[in-house]
Amino acid sequence: MLDALTVAVAVTALALAAWCGIAAYRDQPTKDWHFIGMAVVSVLALAQLLVGIVQLARGERPEQGMTIFIAYLIGAFAAVPAAGFLSLTERTRWGSVTVAAGAVVLAVLEVRLYDIWGN
Amino acid sequence: MSDTDRTGAPASPAPQTDTPRQKQQFELGTGPGRVLVWFYGVFTVAAASRSIVQMILDFDKAPLAYVLSAVAAVVYGFITYSLVRGGEKARRAALVCCAVELAGVLVVGTWTLVKPSAFPDATVWSDFGVGYLFIPVILPVTGMIWLRRARNA
Repeated sequence: MLDALTVAVAVTALALAAWCGIAAYRDQPTKDWHFIGMAVVSVLALAQLLVGIVQLARGERPEQGMTIFIAYLIGAFAAVPAAGFLSLTERTRWGSVTVAAGAVVLAVLEVRLYDIWGN
Repeated sequence: MSDTDRTGAPASPAPQTDTPRQKQQFELGTGPGRVLVWFYGVFTVAAASRSIVQMILDFDKAPLAYVLSAVAAVVYGFITYSLVRGGEKARRAALVCCAVELAGVLVVGTWTLVKPSAFPDATVWSDFGVGYLFIPVILPVTGMIWLRRARNA
């Protein structure tokens, strides 16, 4: 797939995790700026989902199977928004922890996506 | 929530002398519990989609592994639901499920190490959850600590 995009999603996700981790450490809930950060990461993940679908449509095939690839693409796209919604209803430091955990999950999914696509 | 408490629920350390009516409404899915809801939700989706895909694509390759993944998905799903629901009944049910989950990880983890031939393909719980950063082992322990503390909250 587009390796640059995979790396970009993983790196921004880890940055988001660190950022929200700091907020949690300072006993703060997620704020507007954090949600903008989540939006950036989510847009990148959405771009990745679209690129992945386009590449499948063009006949390229992931090494470890198409179903698993699509499942991971969707999971990667949904991870941060889902954590973001949870943090909207949890206005404490634990909301920040949730988003940080969500971003880490996304970074792990990116590593898996890279493996699944192969080279 | 009507209180038709089943007495059959085993392994519950909660004393029956609690006054359930007062404690029924307490939240399990807020504060630190929110993080648990997130992780259990993720693992429900992960285990469920994994087992569904594998059962549909090639069930015959490793039926035992895929069935165990499905069982794990059900356990995770039920704990997620209990955390969101809150209350004493849900707390006890989730506690039992966390114990089942921990036992499952330990048994399957040992099993995969002792007799790898029984598992041609991995489950969520294989090798104590190494493929999932050992979160399958950490999660039930954290869950039980949280559920025990939530009782006194």
